Amino acid sequence: MNNPDGIEKGVELFRNRSVRWALSLLGLIFILFLVILLSLSRGALDITFLGVIDVLFGGGTDIERRVVWQLRFPRVVMALTVGAGLAVSGVAMQGLFRNPMASPFILGLSSGAAFGAALAMVFGIALLPGYLAIPSMAFAFCLLTLLLVYNIAKVGGRVPIETLLLAGIAVGAFFSALVNLMTYLAGDDLQGIVFWMMGDLTQFGWDNVYVVLPMVIFGASIVMYYSRDLNAMMLGDNHAQNLGIEVGKVRVHLLIACAMATAAAVAFVGIIGFVGLVIPHVMRLIVGPDHRILVPTSILAGGIFLLLADVLARWVLAPQVLPIGIITALIGAPYFVYLLRRRRKEVGW
Amino acid sequence: MIMEVDGVSFDYAGNPVLDSVRFRVRKGEVLGILGPNGSGKTTLLKIMNRNLSPKAGSVVVEDRDIARITKREIAQRMAVVPQGGEINFAFTVADIVLMGRMPSLERFQMESDDDLRIVWDAMQRTKVDHLADRPINQVSGGERQRAIIARALAQMPHIILMDEPTLHLDVNHQLEVLDLVYGLSRDQGLTVIIVSHDLSMVARYCDRIILIHDHRIEAAGRVEDVLTPDNMRKVFNIEAELDYDERIDKNVVSIIRPCRQ
Repeated sequence: MNNPDGIEKGVELFRNRSVRWALSLLGLIFILFLVILLSLSRGALDITFLGVIDVLFGGGTDIERRVVWQLRFPRVVMALTVGAGLAVSGVAMQGLFRNPMASPFILGLSSGAAFGAALAMVFGIALLPGYLAIPSMAFAFCLLTLLLVYNIAKVGGRVPIETLLLAGIAVGAFFSALVNLMTYLAGDDLQGIVFWMMGDLTQFGWDNVYVVLPMVIFGASIVMYYSRDLNAMMLGDNHAQNLGIEVGKVRVHLLIACAMATAAAVAFVGIIGFVGLVIPHVMRLIVGPDHRILVPTSILAGGIFLLLADVLARWVLAPQVLPIGIITALIGAPYFVYLLRRRRKEVGW
Repeated sequence: MIMEVDGVSFDYAGNPVLDSVRFRVRKGEVLGILGPNGSGKTTLLKIMNRNLSPKAGSVVVEDRDIARITKREIAQRMAVVPQGGEINFAFTVADIVLMGRMPSLERFQMESDDDLRIVWDAMQRTKVDHLADRPINQVSGGERQRAIIARALAQMPHIILMDEPTLHLDVNHQLEVLDLVYGLSRDQGLTVIIVSHDLSMVARYCDRIILIHDHRIEAAGRVEDVLTPDNMRKVFNIEAELDYDERIDKNVVSIIRPCRQ
């Protein structure tokens, strides 16, 4: 019944997959470098690609070094980190809830985190001092929102997707309204908060990076750690349990990771919609549904996408800078509609 | 004894589902857990795999109480073939079968060539190797079920637990799949536990039967001792007889008519 030739052919098939995975990762890393160079070179002071590379290795003029290292580089890292954070929560949530519509934005997490951050900004309410004030409040309220949405959606010990999405939208709308209320009351600070709410990457230095980067790395590491478990969990809880996964524990850990990554992104850059939703879908179409490759490629692609959006935001109405949230929504919303129009099977859901 | 179910009871919100169920499973046998729908057999299966914890009693697999070992340790000993259901994601058939190696791999360990051979061998046995590249959401229900069985075989378990294995399969595939696990039990000492309401299939393949009725064991033992006309009338409400068909060397159930109330 079993011919050894067939077995070797089968083994070959699996080996080809590893090659495909490696290629897609390398391709994304290459694009990442190009986009970083592009972003570092564009701005009020245009520097050539070669000029940028020169500066990175210690050359260039004083001005160029200052512009690249102090102004542009932190912004680049910020955009990459935020994009990666949103994408990694999106991919984890879509897997966890077995739903293509799940994302930190749709489930109200972004609005919840924004509310926490706004409380810290407007009223100075904080859990931790200094630079950690805003992100810690964002994380606390992100987690709170998650628990709220999850418990509202729970029907007799189960969490049906329909109620989960509806609960997310309702709770998200509520927190958005509270943020709007605070914006209205904020008075003098109005300009800053309005801009932050639309997604703003301006004025970031290295000190912001040092807060956001560890939070996103923490969240992304947890999702990477459980990437194989996510595969089995997508088939259903009973399949996952039969394959030896402690589903309850894994789910809690992943939700905390999502809250952490989302909160970090929102705390500094405001609500940037659609990255967490769209990026995992695009990557699923390209690399397939296996989370061991889907998670790292989504992290890379999320960073690339947001960095590109930032380049566009600075370029479209230069020297004016558009809020980056406008750009991501302008690209993301039509894609979302396109997803809805396509049949589920073709998208892989 | 490879498995001992001892005094297992369960209820949903006060409604009894299982009442002190107690039986033993011998290594290498094909055991049928037979009962009509609603008799509690699916709950029993979930308890045997610790997807549910019993309200009382215990399940011991290879001398280990499954309440005291990890899910992963359970999955290394016991594979479960759940009832077929939709899978909505574009995992390929090969991806699905490959998941059977998960319990044996360390967290970041990639599958070795040996793992891949085990997987491919399982796929050949259940005849899904030609579907390896096809997305699981684009194959038929029977093909999907065979892929899940291949995944269970790829776990290289000592016990395989099947929940209504024939539900989504055409008759020829029913026979192929059950011939396959039956053969594995004879040749390699695999213990097979089949939870089903399918009288004929259980009679045909099982060495012993646990007959569940009204949340408790009605009868247990060899097929000819359990599937008596009296038991079948009481549990399934049918007039039926068990015959031995020497052409195929198997037990067959002749169903005559439903009982008149």
